[in-house]
Amino acid sequence: MTWLLDPLVHGWNALLEYLSAHVLTCLIPAFFIAGAIAVFVSKDAVMKYFGPKANRLLSYGVASVSGTLLAVCSCTVLPLFTGIYKRGAGLGPAIAFLFSGPAINLLAIVYSARLLGLDIGIARAVGAISFSLVVGLLMAMIFRREEQARQIQAPALTLSDKSEKKPPVLLAYFATLVGILVFGAAARWWETGVFTAGLVIVVGRWFSWAEVKEWLIATWDFSKQIAPWLLGGVFIAGMIRAYMPQNWIISTVGDNSLISNLTASVVGAFFYFATLTEVPIVKSFMDLGMDKGPVLALLLAGPALSLPNMLVIRSVLGTRKTVAYVALVIGLATLAGMFFGSL
Amino acid sequence: MKIEILGMGCPKCQKTEQLVKKALEELNLQAEIVKVTDPNEIAKRGVFFTPGVVVDGQVKSSGKVPSIGDLKKMLFQ
Repeated sequence: MTWLLDPLVHGWNALLEYLSAHVLTCLIPAFFIAGAIAVFVSKDAVMKYFGPKANRLLSYGVASVSGTLLAVCSCTVLPLFTGIYKRGAGLGPAIAFLFSGPAINLLAIVYSARLLGLDIGIARAVGAISFSLVVGLLMAMIFRREEQARQIQAPALTLSDKSEKKPPVLLAYFATLVGILVFGAAARWWETGVFTAGLVIVVGRWFSWAEVKEWLIATWDFSKQIAPWLLGGVFIAGMIRAYMPQNWIISTVGDNSLISNLTASVVGAFFYFATLTEVPIVKSFMDLGMDKGPVLALLLAGPALSLPNMLVIRSVLGTRKTVAYVALVIGLATLAGMFFGSL
Repeated sequence: MKIEILGMGCPKCQKTEQLVKKALEELNLQAEIVKVTDPNEIAKRGVFFTPGVVVDGQVKSSGKVPSIGDLKKMLFQ
């Protein structure tokens, strides 16, 4: 019977460790922030930066950070990318967005910082934003002649039916939410209390009950969607930690060499990781001896790419551009990993 | 009447399809329902944010799962 119980025990242990109260106190505020973004950030306001006539610099800048603002649900990334490419600002900003969407996943970054270490969390965030920019710019440069020749179709329609909340109110609102997240994570309860009071005041004064309900429903829907994947990922991580031969890990990605980082980047690029699952899985690799450099490489190349994903991108961009994109991501992830691992 | 549901298969898109069918039933209407999952085709119809609902070539909803009330209004016209 142990052959059946053993995996369950390992999975359970992983659950206790990778989803400890310590971790949940970080994830839960992050879910609320994700819900808030989904409900209150005006997509139309952001999309203005992606029109065919928009200032290119702004398009790039916004594209490289807006992933998490526009595509809280991961399946919206590809249609949005296609729209920006074909009916909007063109290849560069579209690629920047394509990468940043899955890469700058707020929940994943918070979870990474908590479970894998603050240094890795920060490196991941910085890497994701800078990669979006760099890969977008490089793609635009490499294919500039084709881009000039290509005709951009008429801009897409946006149906705006939401009354928008005033920017200062939104800013205060998000500031209190982020404050709760950050100070709660650092276990500084006095400050957390202050920010919570701030949130209550802002919401009480400037948000209608209907809006609060919308926010809570979005947060709950989001949690319902993500939770099963998260549990699944943690379970798999437990299996990996228990059953994967340690010397495999150490011999392939156990140091900060070029080969180790490259291996991690390639594995990250081709394998599919459901949202958030890359974090506990990488943690189990780390426990088995994976070096910090390859860890970052995998975290940067992993979320944005997978083989199925590449095939869809290929149907939009064509083989050459897709190969260029994948090669750039793998190359940059390898370099970033090596750099980070040497710090 | 031809209804196209634009989306790449995530829960919101599936929910939209369910609601469209329900709205048709409740209105006692017949329509051809087509699921558009190719992002090229979705972009061609001018939709950036899925799920999207296109009725006889006109984009009626995008970016969220429409309520059954909204759907009925779209289909009745």
